[in-house]
This record gives sequence, C-alpha cells and structure tokens, in this order.
Amino acid sequence: MEPDLTVQIGPLRLRHPVMVASGTFGYGPEYAELVDLAELGAIVVKGICLEPTKGNPVPRTVETPSGLINAIGLPGPGVDEFVRRYLPFLRQFPTPVIVNIWGHTVEEYGEVARRLAAEEGVSALEINVSCPNIKEGSRAFGVHLDSFRRVVDTVRAATDLPIIPKLAPNVPDVSVFARAAEEAGADAVSLINSIPAMAVDVETRRPKLANVTGGLTGPAIHPIAVKLVWDAARAVRIPVIAMGGIMTADDALEFLIVGATAVAVGTANFVDPRTALLVRDGIRGYLRRHGLASVRDLIGTVQADTPSCGEPGYTY
Amino acid sequence: MTMRLEDARVVSQEPVPGGYYRLRLYAPTVSPQVRPGQFVHVRLPAPADALLRRPFSVYRTEGPDLEILYKPVGRGTRAMTELCPGVRLNLLGPLGNGFPRPSVDHIPLLVAGGYGMAALYLLARESPVRGAVLVGGATSHDILCVPEFERMGWEVRIATEDGSLGHRGLVTDLLDAWGAAPQNSKPPELFACGPHGMLQAVAERAIRNDWTAWLSMDRAMCCGVGACLTCVQKIRDPASPDGWAWVRICREGPVLEARQVVWE
Repeated sequence: MEPDLTVQIGPLRLRHPVMVASGTFGYGPEYAELVDLAELGAIVVKGICLEPTKGNPVPRTVETPSGLINAIGLPGPGVDEFVRRYLPFLRQFPTPVIVNIWGHTVEEYGEVARRLAAEEGVSALEINVSCPNIKEGSRAFGVHLDSFRRVVDTVRAATDLPIIPKLAPNVPDVSVFARAAEEAGADAVSLINSIPAMAVDVETRRPKLANVTGGLTGPAIHPIAVKLVWDAARAVRIPVIAMGGIMTADDALEFLIVGATAVAVGTANFVDPRTALLVRDGIRGYLRRHGLASVRDLIGTVQADTPSCGEPGYTY
Repeated sequence: MTMRLEDARVVSQEPVPGGYYRLRLYAPTVSPQVRPGQFVHVRLPAPADALLRRPFSVYRTEGPDLEILYKPVGRGTRAMTELCPGVRLNLLGPLGNGFPRPSVDHIPLLVAGGYGMAALYLLARESPVRGAVLVGGATSHDILCVPEFERMGWEVRIATEDGSLGHRGLVTDLLDAWGAAPQNSKPPELFACGPHGMLQAVAERAIRNDWTAWLSMDRAMCCGVGACLTCVQKIRDPASPDGWAWVRICREGPVLEARQVVWE
C-alpha cells in the first residue's frame, strides 16, 4: 500500500509535506519550465509588502562553505501588482499558495494581509518577521517579543486565512516565540529564517556583500535548524513547518522526526530545482522501508532519550 | 526559451595556453537548443566544495556536444579542472536571452576582452554577414580562438597591453581606429563580451558614435532562472520614479543594449 503523505496545516491540507521556501522559488513562473508546480506540497512565494521595493544594491549573495549568505533585501512588485501579475498564473495549479508578507510597520502587515485575504487563490499567509536584511521594522519584529506579538495580532485581526509566523533563529529561546504565536491565534509557525552572517574579502578588507551583512542559508545551517525546530515543536500544539538547509530526503526526515509537520526546500532549489520532488519521493520510500502507513506516524518520533552511541549503523 | 536539466557527460577536457581549459560535454538535449550568447549553469559533481552551480557562456556547439572555455579562478572552477571523460555533470540550460541576429545593413564588429571571445564564437558562426573581430588581452596568452574566427571568414584585429601580440594597448584603441577609418560604407553594429570596465568603455564609444552595441554582461548568480534576484543590473527606466529599474542578467540578459545600462 502506498504510504499516506498528506498533512494538515491548520485548515490547509497538503498532498505531501514538502513545500518550496519563500525567496527561493520566485513567484512560480520562474521554475515552471523545469518543475511541475502541481506536484509541490505548497508554493511559498517571495516576500510581498505594500508598495513596490527595489531591495539592496549588488553584490547581494556570496557562497560560503556549504552555504550561501544573501542580502537580497526583499525586492518585490508590491501586493497589488503581485495580485495582478502572478496570482492568475498561480491559480492554474491545485497547489496551495502561501504568500510570505512583510511590512515596514505593524499597520503595513495588516493592510497587506487584508488585501490578500480578499483575493481568490491565496491559501495562507506566512508572516516574515525575521528577514535579517531589512534595516527597519521587519528584522526587529522577529527578535522582540512585544513587537512580534503586535504583528501577529494585527495580521490575525486582518484575515481569516491561516497565518504562519516565520520565526527568527537568533533569539535566546525560540519556544517563547512559538508559544506567543500560538497564543495569538497563529495556525502554524515556520522556522528557521536565515541566520545573520557576514563574509569579508581579506585582500581588500571589504565585506563581500554590499549590505555588509546578510543571512546564511544552505546545508551549513541544517543542524542548527533541526535543534530549533525540535525546541519549537515541543513548545506548541500547532504544526511546525521546518526549513533550513534541506538538500536530501534525510535532511527533511530529520525535521519530521523532531516534530515538524511539513518542510520547505530553500537554497537547494538553486542547485537542483527538482529537490522538493526528490525529497517527497525519498520520504515516501523511507515510509515504505519502515512500514509506516502515514507520514504522520513519523512526526515527532525522535528517540531523544536513547541517543546513538557509535554502534553499527552510526555513520561518521 | 526552453530550458532543460540534463545530465551531460564529459567528452574531453584540455588545457589551453594562458591557463584556460576547454571542456567538451555530450549534452544532446541542451546543445541543439543553444543560441549565440546564451549560457549554461553547471552543477559541479560532489564532493566539490562548491554548493551552487556555475554559469558559463557556451563557446561552441557541434551536434549533441557543447564546449565551454573557462579559467580556474575559484573553488568551483578549480574543481572543474579535475573532470575526466565519462564524468556526469548536470547542466541547466540554455539560459539567457542571447545576442540578437546581426543586421545585414551593418558591419558586425565583435569586441572581446580575453576569453570573452568564447561567448562570441556562435554569433560569428551564425551571423548572416561577416565583419571584424577586435580582441584585447593583457598578453598574447589571453588572445584565444583567433584561427577559429579567421577560418569562418572574420578579420581579426588584436591588441595586447604588453604589446606581445598585435597593437600595444587596449581593444578600445582598435575600436577608436575603426571609428576613425573613413572607408566603411556601412555603420558597425557592436557585439561585445569581456570585463565590466571594457564593456563600459565600449558602451561609451557606441553612444558617442551613435552605434548600436550589444553587451554580454557577467554577474555572479545563484539560480540562473530569475528566482533569486542575485544577478541584477541597473537599467534606465523612464517609467520608474527614480529613473531606473533592475533587470536580471540571467533572464532579461545577459545581453543588454549599451543605452539601457546604468554604470556604477
């Protein structure tokens, strides 16, 4: 029997738990020639705010060992142009569309949420309160509990759509933010956003990014993300969506085992746009191999009391 | 544009004088689709310590095969020098807009800096008219592919900064000399590929002389398909309140007309 891959994120049912992460898949059409968008668990589109934005100067990214630091700075068409230009395209697919939203002020978050809620074809909102590349507003909202609560409350009041605050990794205790999101009526939380980072050219002694600092993503951050997802998943009852350096099905399985209900593939899309589908296939194969009827039987099953101790099967 | 992912196979790899390498790949899906000025995005085989793909102009295509010409300058390209025949290499391509077809009412002038020559070979082959190639480099070792262009009926003029081959000076000197020569009946149409500074100097001359100039721009990139917004370039945009907009070099480029570009 085929394992059941469906998962539930609040009221949203996903055919399988593997999405593509915000900022790594454009608004959909960019990859449509290479990937059947109908096969994705969900599409999380690049961050949208109220007005058109140009983002940061170049260079905007730099490759580091097993990772990528980006300081793109959330360029985008603004919410109205997004609705006009991209939503009709996305509506062609049965795949849930999760729109990542951000704002310079708390009120802006609410306004963007209201406008999107009025449109057909938006399945959920992911609230970006943790982009490390936005000087004012967004970044601070994710690391200060009071402003985090205000943003989530405001979006909650603005829409009945499922809302998913995206949590910052650089806080003393991520479970506090996960709980605050749950208390504010969030339907799920997603984590982690990129980790604040910096790289310097030693010859010129200049930062490698025009923005000086950026956010680290890619396989380098995966173990950090696993730990934070584990922390968050134990703290709340709402579903956790995990992202951070997924390159293979095993990386995604780790997230599910520590308690994530779904996962998102990010930086790996740049390396192989098929990654999300390969990960889905790998999860299915794993479930078969382990005789599990549903992916839901795997979620949160980490044997934390009996860690590995270097016996056969432990790979270095 | 029909971009494809394909597991290409290394056919051969050989060093070329000047520290360059010529890599030939069997890529029957991608190769026949490549138009002049387009590029491919190459995933390096594990365990290369390079996460992202690396973009390369397509130098030549021949049936199912394509060739790229590159210089090892970093982690990714150094790892590429180790590739042996038979190794599988995932390609994403062809990508980018490529050069427009040269106008028969103009004399095509190909302006190349160093291995910018590689990005102009297909254009020279497909062009409905022959013209001249102006190529510059630091030394004679940086002047590549000259016999190939000559065999296709192009006149090649060379400049080197150290004077070891051709004119001592810059490729833009050759361009200035062309502009000053009164015998040309048709105006030139420029197709350029090379370092940023060279492209800017070519653009300035094109605008000053009222020539059309198509510039193949190079930018670091991640995704290659327009999603990540790494490889953006400023262009003039009268519709924008501040007069400029970004374009993605991987999608709207790599070829831009000189008048579009905002230089910084």
